[in-house]
Amino acid sequence: MIEVSSLTKQFGETRAVDSVTFRVSPGEILGFLGPNGAGKTTTMRVITCYLRPTSGSVEVDGLDVVEDSLEVRKKIGYLPESAPLYLDMNVVDYLRFIAEIRRIPKTSMRGSVLNAIEVCGLGDVLQKLVGQLSSGYRQRLGLAQAILHDPEILILDEPTRGLDPNQIIEIRDLIRDLGRQKTVIFSTHILQEVQAVCKRVLIINQGKIAFDGSKEELAFGLTGKDRIFVEMRANGDALDVLRRLDHVDAVHVLGRDDGGVTRVHVEAPRGSGMRERIFATAVEQGWVLRELRRDTQTLEDVFRELTTSS
Amino acid sequence: MSNVMTIFKKEMRTYFTSPIAYVVLTIFLVFCGIFFSMPLFLNNQASMRGAFSIILYAFTLFVPAITMRLISEEKKSGTFELLATMPISDMQVILGKFLAAVTLLMIAVGLTGTYAITVSLLGEVDAGEIFSGYVGLALLGSAYVAIGICASSLTENQIVAFLLSLAVILFLTFIDKLVSFLPIGGASIFEYLGAEFHFRNIERGVLDTRDVVYYASLIFLGLYFSALALKRRF
Repeated sequence: MIEVSSLTKQFGETRAVDSVTFRVSPGEILGFLGPNGAGKTTTMRVITCYLRPTSGSVEVDGLDVVEDSLEVRKKIGYLPESAPLYLDMNVVDYLRFIAEIRRIPKTSMRGSVLNAIEVCGLGDVLQKLVGQLSSGYRQRLGLAQAILHDPEILILDEPTRGLDPNQIIEIRDLIRDLGRQKTVIFSTHILQEVQAVCKRVLIINQGKIAFDGSKEELAFGLTGKDRIFVEMRANGDALDVLRRLDHVDAVHVLGRDDGGVTRVHVEAPRGSGMRERIFATAVEQGWVLRELRRDTQTLEDVFRELTTSS
Repeated sequence: MSNVMTIFKKEMRTYFTSPIAYVVLTIFLVFCGIFFSMPLFLNNQASMRGAFSIILYAFTLFVPAITMRLISEEKKSGTFELLATMPISDMQVILGKFLAAVTLLMIAVGLTGTYAITVSLLGEVDAGEIFSGYVGLALLGSAYVAIGICASSLTENQIVAFLLSLAVILFLTFIDKLVSFLPIGGASIFEYLGAEFHFRNIERGVLDTRDVVYYASLIFLGLYFSALALKRRF
């Protein structure tokens, strides 16, 4: 369990993280979203004991990151941004070096290294120098390094950065698998990633939490309104008829062509049965319905709303 | 302790799997060899005094060269963040690197033992003087390494680290040469600051606490300031 309470981190004049509070329960996969420079990396660096908080506190399994720094570090596997590695070592030597620093006992070291190699699919490049690996393999090696000591908590800073689409899918699957037994926080600025991998989403913007909830809530729950798209052939006063319907908050005209086809967005509170009402009205008025559907707000829309408004 | 050894082993491997150690050792030995053998037959003396001076001056370039990348490289490539989030303290990292550089330096100095053998073949040598000379070199070299590591921890740039430690080491090596230009009162202070002054004392076979304290405090300060520098993170 990770508990971040009113964490603030200041670099000179700039406040990179501004009294952020959240908690991650065991076995949860938390997607940490935000535009570049929002404070994701800084927050992760405090949790992993790289940076000290300016104020506020972070506890990992009840241990404070400042007071019990070395103990906290043992519990965490961390993949820093851009997966820094020793380029002059080969893959096996690198993992062995990490295993030694992690104090994995000699008897189980071989097993741990082999397991990490297998889980991360590094079998083909064991003897290669790290400096000769492609960015996809480097990312995987960084991940292998993070899971080597079988930590309870994984903190991954942009794990899919610099990968091609196939590799991204592989890494996502890997994170999902790891998340079955471990607590995972991973940061990204790619929204599909959150959709694909995690249940809970935390959006941070300008150092502050802009959203904390499930990804379904993120997609639907911000405004509590449905947007219904209607395309129909109708006479001129159709819009007024729509506007007069019960529960309709607004009707936005999206377009109208010469043949009398009109496209509109009808906004109404969720659960007001608006689509059926529109259909019934159309039948009554003799409009020809060409299309009727509920538009979900895309994550992109929500994200832009959350991160540009303030 | 085992954490220190892990870092130590890694640094030793880096030295000897890359060309660094071989290139630097070769240059060091060629440099010292030339300046050792040239005056040897002219002076017609079976002594290591000349050789020790040469090694001591060679350190001013050799030590910055073997210490410059130790920490600056980790900072630049981001691997320092990896180390800093491992269950290992900054001081253990610094000590491991310090021991590795000192070991490489001792290997270089050990290889100059061939000069001592050469000299002993040519005439009667003072074994005590040679022994205390090497003790002095070990102390002085370790102090310089601590300074080099400190410089390396202050910057991400290896060249800057090299120049910085070169400047400090040159200052310590040659400060006591300026003594003659100074009034009497200042002279003894500068003499005490000079690294070579203390080396000469030890070389003479007098293992005075003041000299040992001088080198020990340089080592302590160098490593302590390295740890302080590593605490500053962005």
